[in-house]
Amino acid sequence: MALGLSVIFGVVRVVNFAHGEMMTLAMYLTLVLFTALELDPLVALVPIAAALFVLGYLLQLGLINPFINRPEHSQFMLLVAIALILVNVQLIVFGPDAQGIRTAYSFDSFQVGPLIVDASKVYAAAAALIVAAALFAFFRFTLLGKAIRACADNYQGALVVGLNVKRLYALTFGLGAACVGAAGAMLMAVIDVTPTIGPAYTLLAFVIVITGGLGSMMGALLGGLLIGVTEALGGVLFVPSAKSMFAFGLLVLVLLFRPQGILGKKAS
Amino acid sequence: MRLLEGVPRRGLVLLAALLVVLAVFPVFASGYLLAVGFLILYFAYVGQAWNIMMGFAGQLSLGHSLYVGVGAYAAAALYVHFGLSPWIGLGASIAFCALAGAVIGFLAFRFGVSGVYFAILTIAFAEFARIGFDHFTWVRGSSGLFLPVANYAENDLWNLRGSPRMFYYLMLGLTVAAFVLSHALLRSRMGYYWLAIRESPEAAQALGVNLFRYKMIAVVLSAAMTSLAGVVYAFYYNNLFPEQIFHISRSIELILGPIIGGIGTLAGPIIGAFLLTGLAEGLRELMLQLGVEVPGVKQVFYGLCLLLVVIFLPDGVWPPLAKKLRLDR
Repeated sequence: MALGLSVIFGVVRVVNFAHGEMMTLAMYLTLVLFTALELDPLVALVPIAAALFVLGYLLQLGLINPFINRPEHSQFMLLVAIALILVNVQLIVFGPDAQGIRTAYSFDSFQVGPLIVDASKVYAAAAALIVAAALFAFFRFTLLGKAIRACADNYQGALVVGLNVKRLYALTFGLGAACVGAAGAMLMAVIDVTPTIGPAYTLLAFVIVITGGLGSMMGALLGGLLIGVTEALGGVLFVPSAKSMFAFGLLVLVLLFRPQGILGKKAS
Repeated sequence: MRLLEGVPRRGLVLLAALLVVLAVFPVFASGYLLAVGFLILYFAYVGQAWNIMMGFAGQLSLGHSLYVGVGAYAAAALYVHFGLSPWIGLGASIAFCALAGAVIGFLAFRFGVSGVYFAILTIAFAEFARIGFDHFTWVRGSSGLFLPVANYAENDLWNLRGSPRMFYYLMLGLTVAAFVLSHALLRSRMGYYWLAIRESPEAAQALGVNLFRYKMIAVVLSAAMTSLAGVVYAFYYNNLFPEQIFHISRSIELILGPIIGGIGTLAGPIIGAFLLTGLAEGLRELMLQLGVEVPGVKQVFYGLCLLLVVIFLPDGVWPPLAKKLRLDR
């Protein structure tokens, strides 16, 4: 999920404040597909990522593109408004109660040495790695991926060589949204959903992406790992409910000493 | 009266009229309307405080709930534990918030954190405080700090225990003071430095403006002003939960007003507070009339209105309105 945010920020340079809300949307879609068609979350991942791609594409094309050259607070307002609408539409449609799904393997677990791991979490993690690898390959090896990276590196340069930057931006936002969609579907296998969990995840994604390095995909993965370990250790060593404090502490340290993130490139 | 120099007469007349309306408003208003009025003034005040940092000096803070929260907690805890009057407690509030602002500003500006990164740093600190206060047992942690509920029949200004009307006038006083202070600051040498920093930090530095010092002043001043709002908040609502007061949605809520009204303008935060609170309450009333009782409908409309404003009025509501009223200079 952080990957999606990183992709969007890295290229479009817009901080997506509606990220967590888009993820809860994906989670609800998973829920609907599961209850209606008995579709496994890990299978539902594909159509949901596609649906979120379309949503992201249209959002960028219709609403966000005109804001690209506006000041940050203006973009920020726009996304806050979008987030507000998303959360509350979900609230109207799905109600405020927590809802979860039970898959056939919900109660399965693997034993690795002394550790016992939930099967759902293992499958979700594997799916996350596959999505990440696919994204990485796309940006590295395809022409379209290269074009998108060109836009990120030099907006004007990309315009000059005749790239349709606005369309590429929309495509990128769509891709980022698709990542979120996939993340939502995977997460649905692990936790329950309510409309209001979105903002917390937006924040978490921020912490991860910034720690790892905005715009760097390896950074997002590394940041996710680092924050996960920090929170787990903080939770074990101190009070569990204070674990996020350590994540934020880490974020502050990274911002101060290496604002571009651990693997980020220097801002141009 | 150097303060009034160059202010168009029409502006003064309108301002005076608004002030009179606000001053006599509680005489006619019901309890509900009075509460709405208080909220409007509250948001106008915090918006004004935030505007000093963002609108004047150009530093985007998304963590102003930190200052509201710390201010509220400092004064409330001193009152609950030692019976200290909030008028003494607010000294502690200001001191703590100014210190917090100074620390954040120092770290950010020394290490060259700016733009989006600065905004996220402020969120990080606010979230850090939220979770920290959740585990701060002296102020009851996550179970919340409660102030002894006042007897509404009697106004005790010294201990800030009294009727909503008293709080309304208190907030009105603060809002007016913040407005006058902002106006004076904009006219001062420092105000011009801030605008220069906002427009182009490099150019300002080249002309010999001490960027670090003036950005620091803006942050500390804004933090200290915001802490006062926190104190009033604590004694008005009589309960404090870290989960609520430090939450990021609070930070966002309080900066929507100035952004909608017009960043960097004096009237922006006030207009924005009127529009947003009025809109929210109006929608609530409308929903009630229509008998729609689905939670969330109101917020969707609210979100749509925000969307329309940012798309069609990028500078906020005030600048075009000022032009229409021929108040721009």
